Amino acid sequence: MKILGFILQKEFRQVSRDKTILIMMFLMPTIQLIVFPIAMNFDVKSVNISIIDHDNSTYSQKLISKIGSSGFFKIISMETSYPNALQKIEQDKADIVMEIPSGFERNLVREGMQKIGISVDAINGAKASIGGSYLTAVLKDFNANLEINTENPAKQQGMIDVTFRNWYNIRAEYKYNIVPAILVILLTMIGGFLAALNIVKEKEMGTIEQINVTPIKKWEFILGKLIPFWIIGMIIFTIGLFVCWIVYGIISQGSIPLLYLFASVYLIALLGFGLLISTYCDSQVQAMFVAFFFMMIFMLMGGLFTSVESMPSWARGISNMLPVTHFIKVVRMIMLKGSNFGDVQTEFLYLIVFGIILNGWAIWNYRKTS
Amino acid sequence: MDEEKVITCKALSKKFGDFYAVNEITFDVNKGEIFGFLGANGAGKTTAMRMLCGLSFPSSGEATVAGFDVYKQQESIKKNIGYMSQKFSLYENLNILENIEFFGGVYGVERKEIKERSALLIQSLGLEKEAKKMVGELPLGWKQKLAFSVAIFHRPKIVFLDEPTGGVDPVTRRQFWDMIYEAAATGITIFVTTHYMDEAEYCNRISIMVDGKVEALDSPANLKSQFSVHSMDDVFYQLARGASRSAD
Repeated sequence: MKILGFILQKEFRQVSRDKTILIMMFLMPTIQLIVFPIAMNFDVKSVNISIIDHDNSTYSQKLISKIGSSGFFKIISMETSYPNALQKIEQDKADIVMEIPSGFERNLVREGMQKIGISVDAINGAKASIGGSYLTAVLKDFNANLEINTENPAKQQGMIDVTFRNWYNIRAEYKYNIVPAILVILLTMIGGFLAALNIVKEKEMGTIEQINVTPIKKWEFILGKLIPFWIIGMIIFTIGLFVCWIVYGIISQGSIPLLYLFASVYLIALLGFGLLISTYCDSQVQAMFVAFFFMMIFMLMGGLFTSVESMPSWARGISNMLPVTHFIKVVRMIMLKGSNFGDVQTEFLYLIVFGIILNGWAIWNYRKTS
Repeated sequence: MDEEKVITCKALSKKFGDFYAVNEITFDVNKGEIFGFLGANGAGKTTAMRMLCGLSFPSSGEATVAGFDVYKQQESIKKNIGYMSQKFSLYENLNILENIEFFGGVYGVERKEIKERSALLIQSLGLEKEAKKMVGELPLGWKQKLAFSVAIFHRPKIVFLDEPTGGVDPVTRRQFWDMIYEAAATGITIFVTTHYMDEAEYCNRISIMVDGKVEALDSPANLKSQFSVHSMDDVFYQLARGASRSAD
């Protein structure tokens, strides 16, 4: 234990002299939390639409004004022919083209039905599908309010009125989803990168050899590396929570100590992962490269920005093997839903197991004698 | 002889693939002696030394250091030795006192003891003004002297020095050897590798490695008469000339 004290003293001295790390400790959480949630806005607010009205009737005018006033669409142009409108899409000015055929009003009144052509620019998948469904919703609403339909309720077959209510994120705002994700990324970066690079740096400098020839025990050395970064990680997490509160007004609905409990276990698991990388790599470049590879997997498959549930089952399998998947789930549940320990105990077990495996593996693979 | 042996080595080998870096070396080192371990670059000196320090597992053969087995009792060996590697390996972003404190501490020296001994050490090295300076800022000669002092700070039985004077000016080299003699006088056994043949003359006994094998082992005077030459340079030259591993 006495020896651990000397190791910690040395690690803290070194970290406190590394100005880059100190600056990053404060800069990273503030910048990431302030810039990313605003920049990465997936909410579809203004879909540009180009309309071709071949009918020029009262009904078609009504439909167009309904679309215009729905708040989701910006009518950028009225075209006379489909090829002209398509050009707007090609020029990237319009996202959707709607073509109202001639005889629109006549067919609606006489035959009670009429088809409308909608073309969507699907390059931006999210915008296209959301825009398309907004438009369908507007058309459905228009349809329901048609005089012919309101006069003959019998004609409204199978009309089920669906209303939505967004739980836990009442205004369905993207920031509630993304802010916890960025908090998680912060901890992941600290654990993954800083720890991985630290031991490898000792290898590069040759100081690890001097350590290996001393009677330091393996667990003392690993723990000596783990504790300082654990503390840095928790400080960053705390700063992150304050930024969430001050900038976004997001206050955890659930218990803060519970959140910290999970953050601390997650951080231990991730630090173990970083240390594991460093025991396999010989240079900082290698370690950086490997850490980055896994970081990409964590970000894209851990359910930070996408939904794990909608992945194919094999991908869900991979996702479940990532500590970050379980941690982000818990952070969202605690912060937004106010879940208690009972709701997230499976995730807790997962993180404990990850922590034991990764750290155990790192200690096992760190050899004082080759 | 009834001299106490602190290192014994019997047919110790290290194989990398089918290449014998160290090929069945056999020698003993007596307590308190300065043992020079010579050889051209690539002869296998560092590999042999790493095995004795418990940094690397031997492939075959036997060896004990300070009475402990190099296969099973490496951690006990590590408590009893000091090591100064070829590459400077104190922490450059810690100052002199902090480096001494750290390495003293991990060898189990008490804090109070560390304080007293490091004050004396700084004084004898004449580094009072530099005590709070980052080690990275020191000139090479001072770094090497400091590294040696740190290696013997915990008063080990044996200290292993891997080319300690590489790249150091002649005056500093001379001072360095004075320090080695002082340490040897306190009973510490010195195991030192070097390329400088004048340094070989300072050793009580030397061994010369060629292509992974110990080709000569005796006191410098005996070796010179054995090869009927006047200097260690010539002894080394005669032996190393036949080497198949090119010196780089």
